Amino acid sequence: MPITAVQTRNLAHDEDQEYIWTLNFGPQHPATHTTLRLVLKLEGERVIDAMPDIGYLHSGFEKIGEHLDYNQYVTVTDRMNYLSPIANNVAWHLAVEKLLGIDVPPRCKYIRTIICELARISDHLLCTGAMGLDIGAFTFFLYAFNRREQIYNIFEELSGARFTNSYTRVGGVAHDASPRFVENVRQFVREFPRTLDDMERLFNRNRIFIDRTKGVGLLSKEEAINYSATGPVARASGVTRDLRKDEPYLAYPDFDFKVCCATGGDCYARFYVRIAEMRESLKIINQAIENLPQGPVNVYVGERTALPNKQQVYQTIEGLITHFELTMTNRGFDVPCEESYHAIEAPNGELGFYIVGDGSDVAYRARCRPPSFIHFALFPKLIKGHTLSDVVAVLGSLNIIAAELDR
Amino acid sequence: MIQPETLQKFQAQYSQAQVSEFRGQTRAVVPREQAYEALQWLRDQLGFDLLVDITCVDYLHYRGAEHRFGLVYLLANTATNERITIRVFVDEPDLTVKSVVPLWEGANWMEREVYDMFGIIFAGHPDHRRILLPEEFAAFPLRKDYPLRGRGERHNFQVITRDKS
Repeated sequence: MPITAVQTRNLAHDEDQEYIWTLNFGPQHPATHTTLRLVLKLEGERVIDAMPDIGYLHSGFEKIGEHLDYNQYVTVTDRMNYLSPIANNVAWHLAVEKLLGIDVPPRCKYIRTIICELARISDHLLCTGAMGLDIGAFTFFLYAFNRREQIYNIFEELSGARFTNSYTRVGGVAHDASPRFVENVRQFVREFPRTLDDMERLFNRNRIFIDRTKGVGLLSKEEAINYSATGPVARASGVTRDLRKDEPYLAYPDFDFKVCCATGGDCYARFYVRIAEMRESLKIINQAIENLPQGPVNVYVGERTALPNKQQVYQTIEGLITHFELTMTNRGFDVPCEESYHAIEAPNGELGFYIVGDGSDVAYRARCRPPSFIHFALFPKLIKGHTLSDVVAVLGSLNIIAAELDR
Repeated sequence: MIQPETLQKFQAQYSQAQVSEFRGQTRAVVPREQAYEALQWLRDQLGFDLLVDITCVDYLHYRGAEHRFGLVYLLANTATNERITIRVFVDEPDLTVKSVVPLWEGANWMEREVYDMFGIIFAGHPDHRRILLPEEFAAFPLRKDYPLRGRGERHNFQVITRDKS
């Protein structure tokens, strides 16, 4: 079916149309999930224009990034996209490691891949679940949230924190994965497909859901590229771009998985791409957990990038020197005076960090390329011509995380 | 991550661009006057159709830096997955750069954010306003001469009472 937008009236005659009214949507509204504001211009129930007003959650993350060192800043990246904080941790430290020129050991790569994919499932569960909730399907939301709890338990076992994990470090991770983590992930891989089947059965042929989402918020392939959309939003419009395949990082080249795309470009396609991606993520997790390599999880202590454990500090001279070098305030990482950009395929799209190093162990500039920010710029275009009730469907399908949007 | 042929074509077209390489990334410094034209040429002739990001770096305290601001245009090719970074340097009295919104709609908010944080003016931008900070904010907070804790702008905000709103 070719993509056509609903015809809107000519905006030039706004002044003499008295029935055009303005509605303030948010900043506090259940369907905005956090604080973002939309000023909608309505003609009856039809949205003829939308003006997003953002910045309510702006907390200067990029400015803070110029004052915290490469390991400290990971706590701030947790707070960006808080649906999948661990994916942000990985994105940040992969960017730092690219700047520093470190290659992490295979076990670390595998663990990071597993947690990235778990984070993707967790993010997509919340996105699809909350989209269902916003357009009236409460049970669907509970199904999704039940499984997110299980993912939180896995993260708790791994990092000690359920929500703000701060799990990765330069050249490794905070703690090695325990056998219980492996067991928990296996259990999740066993049990999750049943939930996914339930979720699909609830929605895929649900008349109400399809009527609310099909043909709503249309985005063609050319527009998706022109508006810099990435991730599931772009893939639902037919852009076959997935950084896991196109620019393989971590352990992704080792695994067999597919890139999920759709051609619809509407809310239903975006929802469906997310559901399909969860199945592919599960495939990756299954392959990774069964082939988890043994060996060290941090880079060799002699490279002076990862903090050694206590045994290494007390019993080896390299460990002691590394510990000294990394903790003294006038020492630290060996950072080139260079700039680098590295992006990963985060659940929401391309999440990249542009880091400028100036020789010290604090970034000179730590720019985050937030997918939510880019996708929210699409919103006025997507909603034009649709009804007021479609606002929540479009918002839900874009998965706007205000903390990442405003940073 | 860029094919040698593509780079050769670019260098043949823009011979004065300084091209450098770091960990597989190709960067090209383009004079400000040519920036728009070069970006358009990259998009139309070499297929760099995705504008990944626009950002800016303030080199005020950077050792050995010759310019104050450096704009960064990250481009990608969705067909061949090549990437190129275009750098444009801007100095203090005239902070105007031609907006690339006519080329990529996605540049709209990115340029607004750069204006909001660094005060770079994008000539020809359709909606040149602050985006994250309030309109009445007077400073550009990501500049290096702006302190981390601010200059007390928050204390000067007008309090809106129910009667006045």
